Amino acid sequence: MSVLAYGVAAWLLLIGLWGVVTSRNLVHQVICVSVVQASTYVLLVAIGYRVGAVAPVFSGIRVGTIAVDPVVQALCLTDVVVGTTVTALLLALVVQWHKRTGSLDPDQLNERD
Amino acid sequence: MTPRARRLLFFASAPVLGIVVAAGLFGLPRFGHSDAQYGQVLNAVSVPERHITDVVTAVNFDYRSVDTMGEEFIFFAAVAGVVLLLGAQADESPGHVEDAATGRWVPPTSDAVRVLGLALVGPTVLFALYVIAHGHLTPGGGFQGGVVLATAVLLVYLAGEHQHLHNLYPDRAIEGLEAGGAAGYVVLGVAGLALSGSFLANWAPLGQVGHLNSAGIVPLINVAVGAEVAAGFVLLLSAFLHQTLILRRRRPTPDEPVDPLERSA
Repeated sequence: MSVLAYGVAAWLLLIGLWGVVTSRNLVHQVICVSVVQASTYVLLVAIGYRVGAVAPVFSGIRVGTIAVDPVVQALCLTDVVVGTTVTALLLALVVQWHKRTGSLDPDQLNERD
Repeated sequence: MTPRARRLLFFASAPVLGIVVAAGLFGLPRFGHSDAQYGQVLNAVSVPERHITDVVTAVNFDYRSVDTMGEEFIFFAAVAGVVLLLGAQADESPGHVEDAATGRWVPPTSDAVRVLGLALVGPTVLFALYVIAHGHLTPGGGFQGGVVLATAVLLVYLAGEHQHLHNLYPDRAIEGLEAGGAAGYVVLGVAGLALSGSFLANWAPLGQVGHLNSAGIVPLINVAVGAEVAAGFVLLLSAFLHQTLILRRRRPTPDEPVDPLERSA
């Protein structure tokens, strides 16, 4: 159990990169980039976890109760927002590329001039 | 680079990356035994010092709210980029929606989807406003609530037609709301500079712990962020929908050469 969360983060990083390398479709490739980013969410939340601790929300819970690290969770929120916007930008580029060339194959990206 | 060469490169470099990542992971505190002092200090002082019960919100919108302002402007710039990229190009004009596969029967949106979609709009808007307004008390805030609010617009699209969506809101107003939300964050920060001597200082009365009107300027920042994120996502959605449903490339006139890159018509 203790290594599972870190293992999942490393696995998502590598499997996402594998997807980026082998992808034959630009939309699929963009999703693979967001899989790579998902590994950082898992890693951040795993770093802040404490066994038996509560969530860092003290409504109805006495201040001083042991809670997990709120800083990495806040960073994770930033990460999610940035990840979403990167995905939107990349997909917009893919839409335009498909419109120009009729192709979604990453191997044909450098065929123009 | 051929797909085969790419794979070989991956198999050569992935083990190196794997070893570096593993070395880094083994240097971390054991899972479940985080002892980061900064987080513990924030957990202890957030409620007595800032009257914020959700410490994650306290980190994002009070203790490091300047960073979140930067993040908000990343979002702002990305939305501007997408709208720019998906705008009408020089050789495009609004056209009729054409089905690529002709001669097939396209079923109309079912009544069940229409009724459920419209029925969910009200509760979704209410829930979004709740999430935005209670960000300093329970998990939530401007980013999360803003996305939920934009979902309500998507429900209208699912329940109707793209044309109905455009009757729902004028694009100018949405753009104004997005810019206004981004500007509101900065205005609140400058007000802190004027009233308390430091940018984004929490200058408003802190109120009573656990009450809706507590935590000083944090709920106000959440409202500004909520407005910006909701408007930004509506702009993203309408840019993508407009791109796929409305814009068509003008057919070349007989004396105009056909674009050689146009491989599939």
